[in-house]
Amino acid sequence: MAGIAAWGAYAPRLRLSRKAVTEANAWVAPNLKAKGKGERSMANWDEDALTMAVEAARDALGPDDDRSHIDSLYFASTTAPFADRLNAGIVSAALTLEKSIAASDVTGSQRCGLTALGQALAAGGTALVAVGEHRKARVASVQELDFGDGAAAFVVTGGPGAAELLGRGSVTDDFVDHFRGDDGGFDYYWEERWIRDEGIVKLVPPAIRRALEVAGLSPSDVDHFCFPSTFAGMAATLARAIGIRSEAVRDNLAAVMGEAGCAHGPIMLAHALEEATAGEIILVAQFGQGAEALAFRATGAGRRPARGVSGALADRKEETNYLKFLAFNGLVEWDKGMRAEKDNKTALTTLYRNEDMILGLVGGRCRETGVVQFPRTRISVAPNNPAVDTQEPYKFAERRASLLSYSADYLTFSMAPPNHYGMVVFDGGGRIMMDITDVAPGDVETGLPVRMVFRIKEIDEKRGFVRYFWKAAPDRAAIASQAVQAAE
Amino acid sequence: MPQGIRDKVAILGMGCSKFGERWDAGPDDLMVEAYLEAMQDAGVEPTQLDAAWFSTHIDEIGSGKGGTPLSIALRLPNIAVTRVENFCASGSEAFRGAVYAVAAGAADIALAVGVEKLKDTGYGGLPVANPGTLNPQVMPNGSAPGNFAQLASAYRAKHGVSKDDLKRAIAHVSVKSHANGAKNPKAHLRKPITAEQALNAPLIAEPLGLFDCCGVSDGAAAAIVTTPEIARSLGKHDLVTVKALQLSVSNGYESQYNGWDGSHFHTARIAAGKAYKEAGIERPREQISMMEVHDCFSITELVTMEDLFISPEGQGWRDVLNGFYDADGGVPCQIDGGLKCFGHPIGASGLRMLYEMYLQLQGRAGERQLSNPVFGMTHNLGGAPASNVCSVAIIGQEGA
Repeated sequence: MAGIAAWGAYAPRLRLSRKAVTEANAWVAPNLKAKGKGERSMANWDEDALTMAVEAARDALGPDDDRSHIDSLYFASTTAPFADRLNAGIVSAALTLEKSIAASDVTGSQRCGLTALGQALAAGGTALVAVGEHRKARVASVQELDFGDGAAAFVVTGGPGAAELLGRGSVTDDFVDHFRGDDGGFDYYWEERWIRDEGIVKLVPPAIRRALEVAGLSPSDVDHFCFPSTFAGMAATLARAIGIRSEAVRDNLAAVMGEAGCAHGPIMLAHALEEATAGEIILVAQFGQGAEALAFRATGAGRRPARGVSGALADRKEETNYLKFLAFNGLVEWDKGMRAEKDNKTALTTLYRNEDMILGLVGGRCRETGVVQFPRTRISVAPNNPAVDTQEPYKFAERRASLLSYSADYLTFSMAPPNHYGMVVFDGGGRIMMDITDVAPGDVETGLPVRMVFRIKEIDEKRGFVRYFWKAAPDRAAIASQAVQAAE
Repeated sequence: MPQGIRDKVAILGMGCSKFGERWDAGPDDLMVEAYLEAMQDAGVEPTQLDAAWFSTHIDEIGSGKGGTPLSIALRLPNIAVTRVENFCASGSEAFRGAVYAVAAGAADIALAVGVEKLKDTGYGGLPVANPGTLNPQVMPNGSAPGNFAQLASAYRAKHGVSKDDLKRAIAHVSVKSHANGAKNPKAHLRKPITAEQALNAPLIAEPLGLFDCCGVSDGAAAAIVTTPEIARSLGKHDLVTVKALQLSVSNGYESQYNGWDGSHFHTARIAAGKAYKEAGIERPREQISMMEVHDCFSITELVTMEDLFISPEGQGWRDVLNGFYDADGGVPCQIDGGLKCFGHPIGASGLRMLYEMYLQLQGRAGERQLSNPVFGMTHNLGGAPASNVCSVAIIGQEGA
C-alpha cells in the first residue's frame, strides 16, 4: 500500500499581528475588532505560492541534492503565479529534479492540495507533492484576518513509509461557497450560515465516511482529525456528526498562522505526522466543491523533516506594520521612485539557456582540480589553472555558506528597503554575490551563516511575468548552534 | 618585459570644463569647453591633430555611441576618432589610446576627450544602467554605493577595525576632499564640511552616508599629447611626460573563486606594482608627490591607499586619520577635491585627474599649488570591488 515517506512544511517568517490590522481598520470595520487576536503568517514580498512550495519540498526532501528517485511531481495551488506555464516545471527546475519526470499543476479548488496527494498516492511510483498558497484579500475583509500563507510537501512512495494510506474518499458537487474569477482578484463569498449548514455539514461527511470505510475503520478509531475551516468550531461539529472523538480534533493553527487555503489541509496533515505515534490513525479532509478525505496510519518510521510545521512556526518575527502587508500584497499604490521604472522584461532565451544556473543554482566543478565555481564556464576560474571544458554541474542550493561582505543599500529600489546583498562564500568552494532576504537593518554582519532560499527576483508588472532566483537568508539553525557553542 | 612608456610621450596641453550640475550645457557644450582650453594650452590648430580618442560611459542618456559625437561637436577634420568605454575608467582609456598612438608613431599629435552628461535622468545618483539579459536574472538589485560599501564590512572583519573607527576615518577622507575642493573654481562641490556633518549624514548604503559618496556631475576633460621632440619644436619646455600607464582587469577571480577577501582591490595592486616598475619608482610613499585616486566613495579611497602601497596593509585608516593624505600631509591626495568634490562625470574623470596632476607639475594650480611636485599619480577605477578595471598612471617632470 502506498504511503508518505517524508514530509515538510513552510510558513513565511513574518507574522502579521491581527490587532494591528483591526486597529487600522476600526474606522471602517469596527465589527472585526473581536477578531484582532493572534497572528497570521505573511509572505515576504519575494514569496509566493510557488516559492513556499519549493521550501516545503526542500524540507521534505532533505539536504541530499540527489533527487533522482523522484519520478513525478504535483504542484497544487489556487494562487500559482502562471495560468499558462507549467508551474510544476519551475518547482522541478528549482529542486533540480530529473528532466524525465512527469509533472502537473493541480488547481481550481480549496481541496486541490489533498486531491494532488490522493492522485499521487493512487498513481504509484515515487512522487513529490508540493502545495503552496498565497491568497489576497480585500482591505478590511474577514479573509484578510483569517487567511495565512504557507506550504506543505510530501514524498509519496509505494511502501508505507511514515504513514500508510488506508483509504480515500471524494465528493464532487458544484457548491459555490465562494469563487475567484480569472482576473486574479479577490474571492467572492456567499452567506456563512449556508456554507456551513448546507455545504460543509452535508458534503464533507460522505467523503470522510467513504475513506474510513475503505480503510476498514470506524470514526472512533481516528486519533488525529485534520479539517481546516475558518468557521469557529467547524471541525468539532463535523467530528460530532460523524462520530470522531472530540479529543482527536486537531488545532487548525488559526491563532498562530491563519488558514493557508489549499495548503492548509496538507499543513495540518504534516503537523499531525510530526506528533502522531506509531499506529495512530490520521484523517485529513478539506472542503471545496465537495470534499477530499484521506485516512492514514502513522508507522513511526520514515524521514522526519528538519523543520516541519513546528519548526516553521517557531521561526517567526512579529510584523505590526499593516501598511507593509498591504504594500507586499500590491494593495496600495506607493511611490517606488524613478529607479523602479526600469524594464524587467525577461529574455526567455537567456532564461532557458541558463535554466539550471538561474532556477536550480547549479554551477560547476572542475573535474581536474575540484575547484567549484558559479556560474559554470568553459574556462575554469581557478587561478593558474584555466582548464578548458572540465566543468561538471555542481549544485549550490543545499550547501552551507556565510557572508564575506555585505551592505544595506538605501539607494537602489527595493520592495523592502534597504536592500541587503553581499558576497556569499560556500563551504566546499564557490561564491556568489547575491541578494539577502528576510533580514532587517542590524541583522547582518560578516561571517553570518546563510542558507539559500528560492525567491521572486523581480516582477514584470507590464507583462505579468515573475522572475525567480535564489537569495541568501540567515541560517537561523546554524546561528543558534553557534550561539550554543559560544555559551559552552 | 616591454620597454614601457616612460618619457616617450609628453602632454602638450590639457583642458577641463567646469564640473557640476550643468543644467545649461549638453554633452557637446561640455566637450567644446574642455577642448578649446586644451587647444589653447597646446597652441596647435585642429589640422595638426592626427587622431582622437573619445571616452564616454553611458551612451543611453549621454552623448551617444561611436566616434561621431566628438567629431561633430568639435568639427574635427575627418580624422580617426575611436570611442572607448571601460566603466568609470573610460577617461584613462582615451588617454592611453592617444598616448600609445603617439608612442607608436602612428600619430604626431593626438587628442583625448572624455565627457559625461549625467544630470538628464530626473533623479539623484548614477543612472540605472542597462544590465543586459543575464545579469538582471542573477545579480543583486544593487547600486554603486552598495557594492563599494561592502569593502568596509570586509575591511573591518579582516583588520579588526571597529565600526566607529572606520566611520571616523572615512569621514575624514571626505572632510579633507571638501577642504580641497573649496579651493577649486571648477569643482562641483565647493563647501567645506565638518566631521560631524559627515558622520551624521543620512545613510545611502551602510556604512556610507551622503558625504561618503562622490558628486554625480556633468563635465568633460581633454588632453593633447605628442612626443617630447615635437613638443620642444613647438616651443615647449619643462615638459610633463608620461611615466607609466597600466591597466589591470578582473577575470572573475574575485567574484567566483574563494581567494579574495573583499577588503581591497586585487587589480589595483597589480596595476600599481606594474606602474611603479614602468616609472622606475621604488619607494612610492616617499617618491610620489601627490595623487588623484578614484574616490567614488570614501571607503574606496581609504583601501586604495593600501592597494597603491602608500600605506601599509591594515594601516590606511590610521594614515587617513593622521592627515597623511591632507593637502599639507606626506602624500597629498585629491588636491583638486577628487571625485568627491570636483565631481564624477564618468567618461571624463580619468582625464580630470591627469589635468590636476598636469597643472600641479606645471606650477599652475593656483591656491591649491603644492611645492615642487615631481611625480603625480592617478588611479582610475571602473566597475565594483568584486569585478573591475583599474588604471594607474604616473606623469611627472621630464627626466625625473
